[in-house]
Order: sequence, then C-alpha cells, then structure tokens
Amino acid sequence: MRMLINVPETVVADALRGLAAAHPELTVDVERRVVVRRDAPVAGKVALVSGGGSGHEPLHAGFVGPGMLDGACPGEVFTSPVPDQMVRAAAAVDSGAGVLFVVKNYTGDVLNFEMAAELAEDEGIQVAKVLVDDDVAVTDSLYTAGRRGTGATLFVEKLAGAAAEEGAPLERVEALARRVVARSRSFGVALSACSTPAKGGPTFDLPPGELELGVGIHGEPGRERRGMMTAREIAEVAVDAVLDDLRPSDPVLLLVNGMGGTPLLELYGFNAEVRRVLDARRVPVARTLVGNYVTSLDMAGCSVTLCAADEELLRLWDAPVATAALRWGR
Amino acid sequence: MTETYGADAAVRWMAAVAAAVEREAGRLTELDAAIGDADHGANLKRGFAAVAATLAEEPPATPGAVLVTAGRELISTVGGASGPLYGTLLRRAGKALGDAGEVTRDELADALEAGVAAVGQLGGAVPGDKTMLDALTPAVAGLRESFAAAARAAEEGALATVPLRARKGRASYLGERSVGHQDPGATSSALLFAALAEVTAG
Repeated sequence: MRMLINVPETVVADALRGLAAAHPELTVDVERRVVVRRDAPVAGKVALVSGGGSGHEPLHAGFVGPGMLDGACPGEVFTSPVPDQMVRAAAAVDSGAGVLFVVKNYTGDVLNFEMAAELAEDEGIQVAKVLVDDDVAVTDSLYTAGRRGTGATLFVEKLAGAAAEEGAPLERVEALARRVVARSRSFGVALSACSTPAKGGPTFDLPPGELELGVGIHGEPGRERRGMMTAREIAEVAVDAVLDDLRPSDPVLLLVNGMGGTPLLELYGFNAEVRRVLDARRVPVARTLVGNYVTSLDMAGCSVTLCAADEELLRLWDAPVATAALRWGR
Repeated sequence: MTETYGADAAVRWMAAVAAAVEREAGRLTELDAAIGDADHGANLKRGFAAVAATLAEEPPATPGAVLVTAGRELISTVGGASGPLYGTLLRRAGKALGDAGEVTRDELADALEAGVAAVGQLGGAVPGDKTMLDALTPAVAGLRESFAAAARAAEEGALATVPLRARKGRASYLGERSVGHQDPGATSSALLFAALAEVTAG
C-alpha cells in the first residue's frame, strides 16, 4: 500500500486537523467532524450545508466560505456522515433565516440527511433540501436508486451559495438550487480504480489498457468496460452522453473534473477535446473550470459536467467566492 | 411453559452481533468491493462496537430499551445507508416491544416484523431488490417457528441474492453487472439472526 496516511482509522480526522491548520478562516471541529465558516452564522443569511463521504476532496469542506457553503460534514471515506453531524452543522450556521441541505443522490446521504432534517426541525431550524442527481450514466433509473449526484454538486453549491450571499430567502435559494440541478448533467470515466484506506488497495480490478465508462465517484465499477481510448474519443463519448440528455439552448458552464489521480496536463488536454466536441455540436461555452474538484481518492479519470446557464446563473457564477478550493472576485 | 427473554438476552444478542461483525468484517468488505465501495464491514464493525460499549456501560432495563438504544447508537455512528437502515430496524423493533421486562419469541417476531416494515419503507425497497430485506423478511417469518429456523432462512435469503439484479442502493448503478454477487447487506442481516440463534440456543 502506498498511501500518505498513518492508519486507516484516523484518515478523516488527520485530514481535518490539516485543513484547520491551513485555513484559519474555517472553524473545524475535528472530533465531531463539522467544518463551518468562521463568521457563521451570518445575520439574515440563508445557510447552505452539505456533506457526504470523505475521499471527494475538495468537495465539500473545501467549498466552505463566503459565496458558497456555510458548513460541511465529512463522513468516513465514501460513507455518508451521520445525522448528528448535520444537525450540529445546521445549528452552528443557522441565523434564523433557514438552512438548505445540498444532498447528493446516494441512498446513505439521502437517508441520513432526511433524519437530520427532522431532528433539526425539532430544534426549530427551518430546513429545505435539494437532491443533486446529474449523472447520465444511470439511464434506467426505474431500476436503480435514481441518478447519482456527482459534478453538478459544485454548480449547485456555488450558484445557490451566491444567491444566499446576496440575501435571497430560503425558498428562492432552494428553487434556484433545483433549477441548477434540472439544468446540469454529468458523465464520468475511470482509467484506474481508486484505493480506499480501509481496503488498502484498488476497489476493483481494472487491467492496464482498459477503462470504465459511466463511473460514479465511489470507486464502484462503471456501466461498461472498453479498451483504452484517446482523450479525443473519450471526450466524444462523454460529451455526447451528456448532450443526449441535456439540450442546452443557453451557453453552458463547463466543468472538466479530475477524479484525483489525473494530472492537470492531461485534464487541460482533455478540455481541449471537450471544447472541440462542444464546438462541433454548436454548444457555446460561457465559463470553464478545469481541475480536481469532485474526486474519488486516487482514481485516474475525469468527468464532464454541463450546466445550461441563463443570465442569472452566469451572474451568480461570477459572484465572489472565497473558499479553500474555489476563490475569485474578492 | 413459554420461554421468555429479558434485557440481558438482548444485550448478549447485540454483543454477539458485534463479535460476528468483527469476525466477518473482511468478508463483508470483499462482498461490498464487488458491487459497492468496499466499506460495509468496516462501517458495521465501528457501529456495533459502539453499541456493545454503550450497552455494557449502562445496560437498559428492558429488551425494548436495549434495542432502541442500539438503534440510536447505530444511526449516530455508522453513516452510509446501513446506519439509518439497521438503526431503524432495531429502534422500531425496540419501540414495538414497549416496556415489557420479558418478551416471548413470538413477541420478538412481531416487533422485528414492525422493524423490517420500517426498513422497507425507509429504503423504498421490497424483497427481490437485492438488499438486506432479502434476508430480513424470510428471517422474521422463520422466527415464528424457532430461532434456528430464522437464522437458516436469513442465510438462505442472503445466498438467494446472488442471481438478482440490484434495484436499490449503490449496487443498483451497476445494473446487470450486479448479477452473480451476493448482497453485502443481506449477508450482514444473516449475521444478525445467526447471532440471535447463538445466544438463545441451550
């Protein structure tokens, strides 16, 4: 096992201590696993809380700060956090204007956030929830737990976070978050399996020279295995899979996301190919973000997320943000 | 004469589950690696260890209270889907037992049936979806006959998930590729009933 860790049991706590050391603008409760912006609760402002398994860094703790999330709850690696964490985070960031839970559509996240919402409401906190389910690889959702929530989570957190920062009330922030979900789609590709600390090695066997199409972000195998393809071929498959499902009439926000084990050199090259395909399909790109944002530990691979952005969404995208992993305009 | 079971039997049950999960954590994780994300064993081990510790520290007075405490502890420590699902199973069963000091096997079966119904409702799953319900549902039916029959039925139910296609949970994203693998949740559910048979035998 080649991992820069102490023991698997303390991976999450160790990372949180390091996050706290690097970012004094965050309040990090290492023991209870709650990360909030230091100035929370912000008077009169709707608060955004998200969370999910660890191993997707910088999602979500890296997106806590002005203009994005007010709080995040990291669970064990690839395991949803527990309701206690979410309630604690909600209580820490609620100014009385209410809290929006941003939930990725995985059974564990959904169940724990549901329980947390009930408990938080018992404590007098007004809670709304938005479910992110953008992954087009899950086609026959009648036979699954629905589409997975992946790259679009970043768009929801950034855009709804900007709306909340502007002072929009809870129902408007919630409606906007739902609009972003409805306008966003993703497709992911793995060139290698990821290694979880608990297992100490790859979670599935992917021989060199093969890739998995349609993967999620938990190191689970994808829907289909194929022989190795070029960046150009992968871009065509990924973009067309997204465009089969989303016909944007507006310019799009484009996220070319790395899964954690693919260098930026490759991601930028891949972005060039994605752009070539989008140009050929006559889809104008308004803004592009390239990097490792919604990751899967050390998995090599990438995902493409498009969000059909209207004028309001573009304005909110450009609004200032100051988090550990996303920062501009201030 | 009808045999009855008190809080001490419930505590021993939970301790036996903790031991079984600890022993089988590697196998659960291997099963989960095939169709999930390889952490089922580690998560349940953490949860039931916390349950056993809490119960040992302050043993509740009734079997109902033992199960409610255990369920609450699982919800607070496990995370993922198995935390809320196993937590709900035990919490609901415990609530159904009320504050009786001693319960019969039939009363326990009634309570667990209520727990299993709550799990189905929470997860939106039915038997045949390749989930823990495929072991829990036959186990509760078997419990009407004997503890051993419940354990057997759970084990058979878990084995019967192998040819199924997953329709709920993370394995559902694999579609046809989930076929041919035993469901880790059904497998851990079988451990629950094996432990119950173990502590009630003789």
